[in-house]
Amino acid sequence: MKTAIALSIDNLSFSYSGKKALDQVSFEIKAGECTLLLGPNGAGKSTLFSLITRLYDTHEGRIELCGFDIKQQTQAALARLGVVFQQTTLDMDLTVLQNLRYHTALHGMGRKQSLQRIEQELDRLNMFDRRFEKIRQLNGGHRRRVEIARALLHKPALLLLDEPTVGLDVPSRLAIVDYVHQLASDENLAILWASHLIDEIYPEDHLLVLHKGQIRAKGTVNEVLNTTNTPTIKEAFYNLTQGAQA
Amino acid sequence: MIMLHYWRAMWGIINRELWRFITQRERFISALIRPLVWLFVFAAGFRASLGLAITPPYETYILYEVYITPGLIGMIQLFNGMQSSLSMVYDREMGSMRILMVCPLPRWFLLLSKLLAGTGVSLLQVYVFLAIAWFYDIHAPWQGYLGILPALILSGLMLGALGLLLSSFIKQLENFAGVMNFVIFPMFFMSTALYPLWKMKESSPLLSLLAHYNPFSQAVELIRFALYGQFNQSAFIYTLAAFLIFMAAAIIGYNPSKGMMVKKGGA
Repeated sequence: MKTAIALSIDNLSFSYSGKKALDQVSFEIKAGECTLLLGPNGAGKSTLFSLITRLYDTHEGRIELCGFDIKQQTQAALARLGVVFQQTTLDMDLTVLQNLRYHTALHGMGRKQSLQRIEQELDRLNMFDRRFEKIRQLNGGHRRRVEIARALLHKPALLLLDEPTVGLDVPSRLAIVDYVHQLASDENLAILWASHLIDEIYPEDHLLVLHKGQIRAKGTVNEVLNTTNTPTIKEAFYNLTQGAQA
Repeated sequence: MIMLHYWRAMWGIINRELWRFITQRERFISALIRPLVWLFVFAAGFRASLGLAITPPYETYILYEVYITPGLIGMIQLFNGMQSSLSMVYDREMGSMRILMVCPLPRWFLLLSKLLAGTGVSLLQVYVFLAIAWFYDIHAPWQGYLGILPALILSGLMLGALGLLLSSFIKQLENFAGVMNFVIFPMFFMSTALYPLWKMKESSPLLSLLAHYNPFSQAVELIRFALYGQFNQSAFIYTLAAFLIFMAAAIIGYNPSKGMMVKKGGA
């Protein structure tokens, strides 16, 4: 059986005022795969995310989400995308429920379906009891959980996570890493996770190493280790980024 | 089904704006204090020094407080439009704007919904202001309180669209002070909100000309006539045209392939 391709990127390039932020980037992510996008600061990870989410316009190359071109069929493509941005994008003065209801409204969900999905997603993250609390009252880890729940409410095929564990304590970080990996296998969800924390990688993950706007390595953890002829991901990453800080 | 999606999304955006407005009590109070200070302090002080001739829509001599009331309504909407613009810039800096921009609906529709939400908030403020003004003996014909509604919607949309347009150009929150100096103050003072055109013409024909072509003046005149149950056609056409131009420019400004967002590298 052929596995569905959730994200396909073909020869993608992007420049800011003459400086190339992405150069001929191509890769695919299939349903059920968790792909970690590794790269030092300034590698082009955020630019890539902004292009996939259509916050920036694609000038060179092609991005397809579940077969829909992000430039030509923007709405169909975005309907299949869930995003957790690096910065918190929740409204601090509103409650958890109000924030989530806002998201379901933007995705055209009715009241009944919306409340049902909110309950399901919050319940899975042990946050349902806190639905009437204002975001401002939650700690960083709980805010992140709400953001992950929100990104899943409309049942996307691809989940983008832009360094979602930055600034969290170790238990919160591990819980989120574990939960997201579980999502890929249980929900057959494709995941693209930007990170620069090597300990967030699981052995079954796929890796993409981005440096100076170029893909330096891609494949499973073992494939990357074999290609770079290194015993650990840390060393592989160091070699691929030529000593740039991880 | 698609129409239902649009409707739910628009209602969601309006609801969020109302929730935010209700929870931010200071915003509501400060939005009311500003025009009330002008009404109770500024207008009372100027009453004696500024004589007003009988000009339409007024059929008799009026107090200065009565004259500036439509201007202060315009002020509420002008500041509300700019407040929305400020919150767009803040949302963009804080990132919450991204959630709106990555939802599966066209950007023009999202911006229009945001605009309607902001206008809805300004309507609440205006009616509370009118209620307070009523106790201060500023009375309009009862049909004026209803007739003003479409005028308020159009002027609110026009001023909100201007705010949207500005927010597409402003990169950082710190730059917002410039908007106060270069947009809000000139727009307000160079208008018919505080003085009629003929009065302005006596001191400066150029200023009077600029005030005449100021879209804010036209919005104020539209409101002034509507408050007295009359329709000012030229003000309506001018305000509508200004709204369409500002809105079109704001949509271009927020389009990732055409607007300012490309150069700034963010939404």
